[in-house]
Amino acid sequence: MAISREQVEHVAHLARLGLSEEEKDRLQQQLSQILEAMRVIDRVDTSAIPPTAQVIPVQSVMRDDEVRPSSPVEDILLNAPRREGDFIRVPPVLE
Amino acid sequence: MDLTDLSVLEALDVMRGGECSSEELTGAYLERIERMDRGLLQAFVTVTPELALQQARAADARRRAGDEAPLLGVPMALKDLVLTRGVRTTCSSRILEQFTPIEDATITEKLYAAGAVLVGKTNMDEFAMGSSTENSGFFPTRNPWGDLTRVPGGSSGGSAAAVAARLATFAIGSDTGGSIRQPAALCGVVGLKPTYGRVSRYGLIAFASSLDQLGPLTIDVADCALVTRVISGHDPLDSTSLAAPVPDYQAQLGADLRGLRIGVPKEYFVAGMETGVEQAVRASLDVFRDLGAELGEVSLPHTDYGLSAYYIIAPAECGANLARYDGVKYGYSAEDAESMWDGYYKTRGRGFGPEVKRRIMLGTYALSSGYYDAFYLKAQKIRTLIKQDFDAAFERFDALVAPVSPTVAFKLGEKIGDPLAMYLSDVCTIPINLAGLPGLSLPCGLSDGLPVGLQVIGKPLDEVTVLRVAYAYEQVSGWRKLRPELPA
Repeated sequence: MAISREQVEHVAHLARLGLSEEEKDRLQQQLSQILEAMRVIDRVDTSAIPPTAQVIPVQSVMRDDEVRPSSPVEDILLNAPRREGDFIRVPPVLE
Repeated sequence: MDLTDLSVLEALDVMRGGECSSEELTGAYLERIERMDRGLLQAFVTVTPELALQQARAADARRRAGDEAPLLGVPMALKDLVLTRGVRTTCSSRILEQFTPIEDATITEKLYAAGAVLVGKTNMDEFAMGSSTENSGFFPTRNPWGDLTRVPGGSSGGSAAAVAARLATFAIGSDTGGSIRQPAALCGVVGLKPTYGRVSRYGLIAFASSLDQLGPLTIDVADCALVTRVISGHDPLDSTSLAAPVPDYQAQLGADLRGLRIGVPKEYFVAGMETGVEQAVRASLDVFRDLGAELGEVSLPHTDYGLSAYYIIAPAECGANLARYDGVKYGYSAEDAESMWDGYYKTRGRGFGPEVKRRIMLGTYALSSGYYDAFYLKAQKIRTLIKQDFDAAFERFDALVAPVSPTVAFKLGEKIGDPLAMYLSDVCTIPINLAGLPGLSLPCGLSDGLPVGLQVIGKPLDEVTVLRVAYAYEQVSGWRKLRPELPA
């Protein structure tokens, strides 16, 4: 199953992943090969089989809406790449 | 007495008897790490000597005050995807190279409360994606077995190598498709992936959330039972953690397997399996018969499709989990971003390594419009069939035994250029994650001087039987004292 160069670029765009031209070449070839191998699952008739997303008998877990202390601002900003006062600095969002 | 050759239980005995302190024991490990790690085994990303000695002295004080915490003063290593407050946690990724957590994972808290001492954070495949630890964004780890030219397995390769080379008494790893069991097998140690939900994952850096689970790597089964008890249990901060009570696993270990029904899944002896691996695993079957177990062959007919289903489901989940690395709140951030969008592309393009990019691309493709039904939904249906295979097998059997990996430790560089060949390393471990079952690897022999692992698989939440089967085998097999020969 051959993946086109355009598909590689489209998927990289969906994942917001910057790729070099070399990486695109390699991924085009590798993804085609890997997805081809994965197609063995086509041999199994699953028309009557429900999907499994996870395996434990746990549904959405609810908790009381209690006010609890959050992490201190200083702690949260400790790993911020760029800060300004108590804010995280980011590149322009609107052009 | 060689302090670093002690198991967890032996080390506890020695410290309780006053023969050595945790400070001395920890010092012995730190000295061994200093001598054998950097430039040689490279099992650690970060070594924490000051914290370790401080924790060791605190443990000694606790013992003097009468504290009997279950791991009091025992030196441990944590895979570098378990959050440790104030200690850099990198996931062996450039994107988290400078990341210092502001809180501990639940498993870290539990281990600290039990008195364990952190000697360092272990190397891994970046974001736990890989089977050789060669995908680390920093450096490869070497398997202590053989001539130091082989991989330790992965992704918990640093943890497995550290335990095998006695750089820590025990270690913690994570297992999404075999990442505890396969490196345990390749390094000749014991590794348990508990039931999905048995151990809290709060503070585990996520890879594939429906599959990830934390577990111990130890030198023997009794240590594994002890550490598993400490780390298991419900956590209000992890809604997927199970409320089931945690048994005293150690108390239920015994020499006898009379009446226990053990199934041998025939599909796990896959094409391409090394003869030496198959021979060692088959030889273990006689041992189980001698121990009184009833053995029978069983078929898990959808095994062949597990690998494909996994390499669709896990990348799909990783694509979602890794969307958080945006260069805004923490982690590497491109300095030359011209806009928000440009920043995302540059940060992620430079911060992630080749395998992580490959998985994000695979997963995003499988979830994208037009391919969702053919790949992702189909894989989830295969997952149902794999689960049903196990359900049927466990109606007839109490536990299953199988190989862990089709090969012994392979050479560094041998498979790194061929993703599909690397993925095949996990063909015997992946179905257990898809079904959420407990699976344990323990040594069952040597092939060409390299360790072979035996896998014991149990019903959900039946770690008791898994550990019993492994323990009984270990007592009579003679492989418990397996140690690599390392340069002095």
